[in-house]
Amino acid sequence: MDASPRKTVANTNPRILNERETKIVASDVNVYYGEKQAIKHLSIDIPDRAVSAFIGPSGCGKSTFLRTINRMNDTIDGCRVTGDILVDGKNIYDRDLDVVQLRARVGMVFQKPNPFPKSIFENVAYGPRIHGLAKSKTDLEEIVINSLKKASLFEEVKDRLDHSGTSLSGGQQQRLCIARAIAVNPEIILMDEPCSALDPIASARIEELIDEIRQNYCIIIVTHSMQQAARVSQLTAFFHLGDLVEFGDTDDMFTTPQDKRTQDYITGRFG
Amino acid sequence: MTDTFDKGNAAFIARRYGSERRFKAYGAAALAVSVLFLVYLIVDIGIKAWPSFFEHRAVLEVNLDASKIPANDVLKGDFEGVVRAGLRDLFPGLTARADVRSLTSLLSAGAGDDLRQQIAANPVLIGSTVRATALLGDDADLYLKGMLTTTLRSAGTTTLQLAQTGEEFILTGDLSQLAAGQIVRANGGALRIASVETGLAQAEAILPPTTLNTLTPGTWDILSFSHAEADRRIDDRQVVLLEALRDKGVIEKHFAWRFFTSGDSREPELAGLRGAIFGSLLTLIMTLSLSVPLGIAAAVYLEEFAAKNKWTELIEVNINNLAAVPSIIFGLLGLAVFINFFGLPRSAPLVGGLVLALLVLPTIIIASRAALKAVPPSIKEAALGVGASHQQAVFHHVLPLAVPGILTGTILGVARALGETAPLLMIGMVAFIVDVPKGFTEAATVLPVQIFLWSDLPEVAFQSRTAAAIIVLLVILFCLNAVAIYMRKRFERRW
Amino acid sequence: MTAWTLLIIAALTAIGFFVGQARAQGLRNAGTASLHSLPAYHGLLMASMALAVAGITTLIVALVAGSDSMLMPAAAALLGTGAIAASHRLITRDFRARNRFEYFVKLVLIACSAVAVLTTVGIVFSVLFETLAFFSEISPIEFLFGTHWSPTSTPPSFGLIPLLVGTLLITLIAIVVAGPLGLLSAIYMAEYSSRSMRGVLKPMLEILAGVPTVVLGFFAALTVAPLVRNTGESLGLSVASESALAAGLVMGMMIVPLISSLSDDIINAVPQALRDGSYAMGATKSETIKRVVLPAALPGIVSAFMLAISRAIGETMIVVMAAGLAANLSFNPLAAVTTITVQIATLLVGDQEFDSAKTLSAFALGFVLFCFTLVLNYIALRIVQRYREQYD
Repeated sequence: MDASPRKTVANTNPRILNERETKIVASDVNVYYGEKQAIKHLSIDIPDRAVSAFIGPSGCGKSTFLRTINRMNDTIDGCRVTGDILVDGKNIYDRDLDVVQLRARVGMVFQKPNPFPKSIFENVAYGPRIHGLAKSKTDLEEIVINSLKKASLFEEVKDRLDHSGTSLSGGQQQRLCIARAIAVNPEIILMDEPCSALDPIASARIEELIDEIRQNYCIIIVTHSMQQAARVSQLTAFFHLGDLVEFGDTDDMFTTPQDKRTQDYITGRFG
Repeated sequence: MTDTFDKGNAAFIARRYGSERRFKAYGAAALAVSVLFLVYLIVDIGIKAWPSFFEHRAVLEVNLDASKIPANDVLKGDFEGVVRAGLRDLFPGLTARADVRSLTSLLSAGAGDDLRQQIAANPVLIGSTVRATALLGDDADLYLKGMLTTTLRSAGTTTLQLAQTGEEFILTGDLSQLAAGQIVRANGGALRIASVETGLAQAEAILPPTTLNTLTPGTWDILSFSHAEADRRIDDRQVVLLEALRDKGVIEKHFAWRFFTSGDSREPELAGLRGAIFGSLLTLIMTLSLSVPLGIAAAVYLEEFAAKNKWTELIEVNINNLAAVPSIIFGLLGLAVFINFFGLPRSAPLVGGLVLALLVLPTIIIASRAALKAVPPSIKEAALGVGASHQQAVFHHVLPLAVPGILTGTILGVARALGETAPLLMIGMVAFIVDVPKGFTEAATVLPVQIFLWSDLPEVAFQSRTAAAIIVLLVILFCLNAVAIYMRKRFERRW
Repeated sequence: MTAWTLLIIAALTAIGFFVGQARAQGLRNAGTASLHSLPAYHGLLMASMALAVAGITTLIVALVAGSDSMLMPAAAALLGTGAIAASHRLITRDFRARNRFEYFVKLVLIACSAVAVLTTVGIVFSVLFETLAFFSEISPIEFLFGTHWSPTSTPPSFGLIPLLVGTLLITLIAIVVAGPLGLLSAIYMAEYSSRSMRGVLKPMLEILAGVPTVVLGFFAALTVAPLVRNTGESLGLSVASESALAAGLVMGMMIVPLISSLSDDIINAVPQALRDGSYAMGATKSETIKRVVLPAALPGIVSAFMLAISRAIGETMIVVMAAGLAANLSFNPLAAVTTITVQIATLLVGDQEFDSAKTLSAFALGFVLFCFTLVLNYIALRIVQRYREQYD
């Protein structure tokens, strides 16, 4: 591959990184779909126990980069990733890395709620089951209930855990998917526009939830809505045409953007 | 954070991956079984069929005796007799009636056919002597193809004395080469060894030797067989005569064009597929000329014009169910309605075509609807936008764009109709047809039914003919499918 | 006479077209105001009038007087000409020929799509009438619950049970073979194989699906049956030369492509989002398939199996060539059993008299077969339809 130097990005040293441990270090990441390059020489450090938001116009590569962090791109034909992504100092693109175990540590919530066509209980119990996290049935029940509680869904569904996950409303489904992700006790949670299919009230609940759980996880959220990024995140990264343009504390980013393109985007000139 | 990246129990993870590998292997194995079955099927039938594509003929000098061939009606001539006489002439020493009958039994019942055609085209040859090729019978043919027994020839390397007591012959001397069941060919005759004891071997004459001279090395040879006389369809005398013919160099092996150019016959070596191929052709013409217009019209109506109501739903459910009704039921329909009620002729391509048309109609409708549905609505809307009526939009724009898809579906329907057997048995297309059917109402048979009929016959040679007919059918079907796949690729359009 | 009549009808249709078009063209050339419809539509309408009138006349005359009657071509010619003359007067500047013609076309299209319904009605009635005639001779109780089947003995006995058992035995063997093979093949093709491998494997299975059943029957009788027999005997088992096992095995291979292609479609219809959800939890591929994809696809797979069973029950040539003729009431896969389709085929091949119980019994068997497969197909198709709606 071409060995271009590490690209300099405006405002790449957010203050928050000085306060928190760094969880993810990406350096010179390139992603190709066949001939097309979707991510160009991207480098970024992401802190633990905080919410980082990825924003940018459609097709800028923010979702693509998100999916490289739990290697969901592996499931796409013709997708190729170069460069290093380190989680806790371990390169997740190493040959000896086990994707299955990576994904147990890096949970993901998708754009459209995708509960399995099974009961609510089974949806949440699925992860602990396949990873053998529960020693007994009571263990498993405890994990499920705790996860549902953490996802603040338990009160709404406690009487109908045996109902199908698909019978819930859209917002509830998305919280179920978050509970499902939490149930395997991940360290990182990736959220790919988790509110884009939801109405404003359901979105607000999800945002509240993200705020509640951020103390325990490294959360990365891809969003179309700048307001949402401003509300839920401590850090914001702005992507444009496969480049990481700017990365910094959310407050700074929205008040004093360093790059012209960022400024144009957040003031609504394009996007 | 721990130093190791692993979460949970390593043994548990290993077990999960083991199960993953096993599951994938099961899938691969299942596919391998299906593919191997297909390969085994084709290879097995191919091996059975191969010999049938060749035939053995004897090339003889024959005297076209004018008394046997009437000059005014050449085709009525006794060409079989002429050919048999030609064969006898090769063995002037052969006089016993049983021996002569054995010799002429090597020829096919239709051995004179080639000569008949040759002379019919050129009658001036009557009265002269010409070279003629005569087809051998099925048993002789199978023997020469090595399908009845493997014959081993070994030259005699010892010296033997020959003596005759009554009917029996005694061989003395160095008997190390001899064993019971073998045939010793010497002194213009052939002897079958009955038993070998110390010092002498008893033998019986298959063809009596002309002299009792001592057998010196190089003047005699031995034929030994993998199958004893009782276990094969050809007796020792015929074998000896065939081997003699082979030594005289009159036997030739040719590609069996006859298999494609002649009709059915009770004699395996004469039986061909011409009648069945023409029967299939007529039946398919009938099927297509009905099912294609009906199928396309129904598809156009259901896809483009039908209102969403109970009647339409009924038709749709009906078509889907009809596609899965067993084909033999369509045979019952044909028998009860077309033959019994309407009184149409049995065994005819007309009725066969009607039944198959109804059989493939759902397939064609479903494929045509899919093709029509694949045409984007924007095209129809564009036509409506310039003031075309709904029908004009459909017939001028949508339907032409759907034609490749419809054709592909139709070809697959034809392939299905071509291989269908059961419903045609019901309507009596099992007739024994020697000639090519002349019209849609004449009795006929079709390829798959011909295969079924031959597979029922006891002669070994017919087994091979059946396999060969299957190969012909499979090749036709394969070509049809290849055309369909090519068209799908060629005209596939991404909107 | 038929050929003459058809010729006359064709000629009248052509004449109708030219007369209609010419008249409309004449109107167009004569006046300044334009016609409502193009002259060609006037021609087409007149042609279709002639065709319809002459065709219907012919059918009526043929039914009343027989197809050999001289009346047929005469009546067709007379009334067809009449139709042309009558519709000639209709052609005016404002006459909506296109709309009328399109109405006619629509009627034809409806008639064509009704053929499918008529076929079903034809099947039901033809089978039903003969079955009722059969039941007037043999009581339905005896037919449905009798345990002895020998239609050619004197007195004949028509007990369905041995045929039913034989059919189900062979079908069971076929499903036991084809179920796992077909489903696993489908899973492998849908989830594991690369695009290029799929491009090779799918046509292979299509070829297998396209092998005519008479070919499979030949293979079953001449290759598989002796193989099964020799294997069985080398293990010390007594195997009939026309064992249910041989026929069932080959029939199983016949329905493998059916199960695999239906299951393949259904597995592909499971939304990728569900798979992604499972992968993102750290599930392996097989865990995702077993715990998420297959449960989601279950209704579709069940219906694929039902269609396969229906196909196996109705399959004729393999069993005619490789299964037995004698109706043994046996559950032993190594014994020779016979099936419903074998009996229909043997009873009806050759000459039949429609008044003998022997011939009629074949229709009663056909009725049983039709009911069986209809119920299976209907339920299976309903399930598939619901399933499609769920994920559309």
